[in-house]
Amino acid sequence: MAKAIALGIALFAFWLTLSGHYTLFLLSMGVASCGLCVYITTRMGLIDAETVPTQLRFALLTYWFWLIIEIIKSNKDMARIILSRKIELAHQFVLIPTSQQTDMGRVIFANSITLTPGTVTIETAEHALLVHAVTPAFVPSLEEMGRRVTAVEGAQA
Amino acid sequence: MTLDLVIQIASWACFSIGGTFLVIGALGLIRLPDFWARIHAAGMIDTLGSALVLAGMMLQAGLTLTTLKLVLIGLFLFVAGPTASHAIANAAWVAGLKPERLEKDEGALLGRKSS
Amino acid sequence: MSDPLAMFAVALVAVFVAMLLVIIRTFMGPSLYDRVLSVNSFGTLTVLLLGLLGFLTGRPDFLDIALLYALINFVGTIAVLKFVRHRLLGAANPSRDIADSRDEIVKGGQA
Repeated sequence: MAKAIALGIALFAFWLTLSGHYTLFLLSMGVASCGLCVYITTRMGLIDAETVPTQLRFALLTYWFWLIIEIIKSNKDMARIILSRKIELAHQFVLIPTSQQTDMGRVIFANSITLTPGTVTIETAEHALLVHAVTPAFVPSLEEMGRRVTAVEGAQA
Repeated sequence: MTLDLVIQIASWACFSIGGTFLVIGALGLIRLPDFWARIHAAGMIDTLGSALVLAGMMLQAGLTLTTLKLVLIGLFLFVAGPTASHAIANAAWVAGLKPERLEKDEGALLGRKSS
Repeated sequence: MSDPLAMFAVALVAVFVAMLLVIIRTFMGPSLYDRVLSVNSFGTLTVLLLGLLGFLTGRPDFLDIALLYALINFVGTIAVLKFVRHRLLGAANPSRDIADSRDEIVKGGQA
């Protein structure tokens, strides 16, 4: 129930952002359409920890801040590789062990790995991710990233 | 007056650095020798380049509804961009596309016949 | 210096140059995945181009189109990849899905 209300509020905030016209008629139409969406989603049984991730901790914001700095660093390294006169690559497929308990945590970790240029998640499994790195220099920071994701993923739903 | 100047300078910096990263990423897409390296150059376009250009537009728009829409676009790009990259990389790996010279290959541990 | 149109024009030029280079890779790309990758990047650049055009012409309503284009670009990329892998766009044929040995990595990875 709490998740349904949270979904309704999020949908209405999205509607308000895209609309831009705030007359009584249009607002009531927006409320009605959001209510219909929540009703249909509930009937389809789609409201769970995956569609409405309210279990994520507030610390996710500080994690994003750390991730942005990490993205800037690896972008700089990647730009240096591209602009160097003779491109030197050492391709590798590396298995990165994951310590996350939930699917959501693993998704955040895999997406963060792909967000930092220089590393791409190729395949996922229960306790490890297969990662392609363009040189070995990009791999060491992934360990700390995994620890930080485990800290913010929240309780098992 | 001074705040306005600071915002102007900041958005100039965002646009020029972001544009530079866009062009470097596109250049990497041309220069890098094989697919597995090019996917990282495309990642540069998707992450820092587009984020900085969007940030420059946000600074120009100020605190309006336009900025909120730009934040939505940025959030979507940051969630969907890596997902698309992962889908492409996974499809290429399943299809058996390999770099010519692999320094280290732990993919064999997956126990899958990746041709 | 402080004319906002100038900085939009600078960003627009950068986006155009990047689009040109990316579309060259789309035509050159030796493998299919190179082409899908560069088309995806081209879509991201198109989103930026739409936003910048909206600012340049003083009509920020273009941002709605940019948001929509970002959504369509993502769905299109996934659709092309799914078609290449399964040869159909409806329900995936389970017998042709190659990624089915999900648990073996645990034994292999931890050993």
